[in-house]
Amino acid sequence: MAVINSGFGGRRGVSDARLPPGQTLVDDWPVLTAGLTPEIQAHEWTFTIATETRAVHQWDWNAFQDVGVEDIVTDIHCVTHWSKLDMAWRGVSLDRLFEDVETSYDYVTVACHGGYTTNLPLEDLLDGQAWIATEAAGEPLTPEHGGPARLLVPHLYFWKSAKWVREIRMMPSDEPGFWEQNGYHIRGDPWQEERYW
Amino acid sequence: MSSPIRASWHVGRVASCRPETESAVRLELDVPTWPGNHAGSHLDVRLTAPDGYQATRSYSVASSGQTTRVILAVDEVPAGEVSPYLVHQLAEGDELEVHGPLGRYFVWSPAEPDRSPVQLIAGGSGVVPLFAMAAAREHEADHAEFRLLYSVRTPEDVFFAEELSALKKTIVEIVHTRRSPAGSPRPPARLTRESVADSVFPASATPRIFVCGPTPFVETIAGWLVQLGHDPTRIRTERFGGSG
Repeated sequence: MAVINSGFGGRRGVSDARLPPGQTLVDDWPVLTAGLTPEIQAHEWTFTIATETRAVHQWDWNAFQDVGVEDIVTDIHCVTHWSKLDMAWRGVSLDRLFEDVETSYDYVTVACHGGYTTNLPLEDLLDGQAWIATEAAGEPLTPEHGGPARLLVPHLYFWKSAKWVREIRMMPSDEPGFWEQNGYHIRGDPWQEERYW
Repeated sequence: MSSPIRASWHVGRVASCRPETESAVRLELDVPTWPGNHAGSHLDVRLTAPDGYQATRSYSVASSGQTTRVILAVDEVPAGEVSPYLVHQLAEGDELEVHGPLGRYFVWSPAEPDRSPVQLIAGGSGVVPLFAMAAAREHEADHAEFRLLYSVRTPEDVFFAEELSALKKTIVEIVHTRRSPAGSPRPPARLTRESVADSVFPASATPRIFVCGPTPFVETIAGWLVQLGHDPTRIRTERFGGSG
């Protein structure tokens, strides 16, 4: 039985059916980062998909743009209880980036500049659910928000949308990444409130 | 406490609540099922209105170790939803739902084998997890050297003022940005790269550094530390700037 805090609730935030349980709507875009903000220039950035066959699929900034940048409008949900609705993004769909990738593995480790990693099932990255994003709200992503490029997986809590992404490694099993080892849930579905394990 | 402490939901009772500053409250909660926590970790507070509406916010824990008395210091976010309730309405004897302890990255433990100096740098209410670390260090006879550099607007805005001045194993330096204490020879001033360099352990001492405060504060300080030659992998940061 939940504790009732009498007198609470007078200042409640905007209620919206698009808000998962325990989330509050914000207008600004808070920053949550564990370490330093890496400064990576677009011209020195590359993105790699590595598989068990040692085949390496790699794009530099220009080749990456040529894959096809698309517009995305989506809601994002941070495990620290804020959500932002109808955010405009631009990025490259992982469906396009995985077009020529052959793998029998079902999981990925996402590796980032700064040493951060996160883990996902491959099926959470495909079928129009995930992008490598380079712009938000009409501007190139700033370093503090993960620029020049971050993963965008908006149907999961936002720590899965790893900042400063550089590589996706195919994995035979779901190996916990940085926050997942530190107590965050292995999958992180906001609608199931999968915050912590 | 070197083994992982699992986070879960707990019901606490407010043992005491009193003003910490003009805008902040210190809450002492008795949480019988609390498993203890490392210094620097945080928890989620969940409030439930009579009609079932809920809101949850994260707060750093000022206490640490094997205790069921959990101490929070909550600064009011004026347009916020949870912090004004905690600051103004919560009363002694009230129950409060908390989830934790959370976070194993921005923490210091006496079991830590690394005896390099520890530099704590706080902006505003970001001092809470750093105070927890300094207080934990106080219980150890022999451990790393500790320093705390604390940037705060005025003398009245200092959290844990008495406790900080009583610390024997942490050298505390408080920098006032808007108004200095009466009679202080030091005019109010924001930190600069040079004043940080003068205050913190030098890079040659390979300190571990914990920085906590509002996002712009943390970004600025961390940038200076790297320019001053500190190893980025030795710097851990925690920021706030959310929905209160």
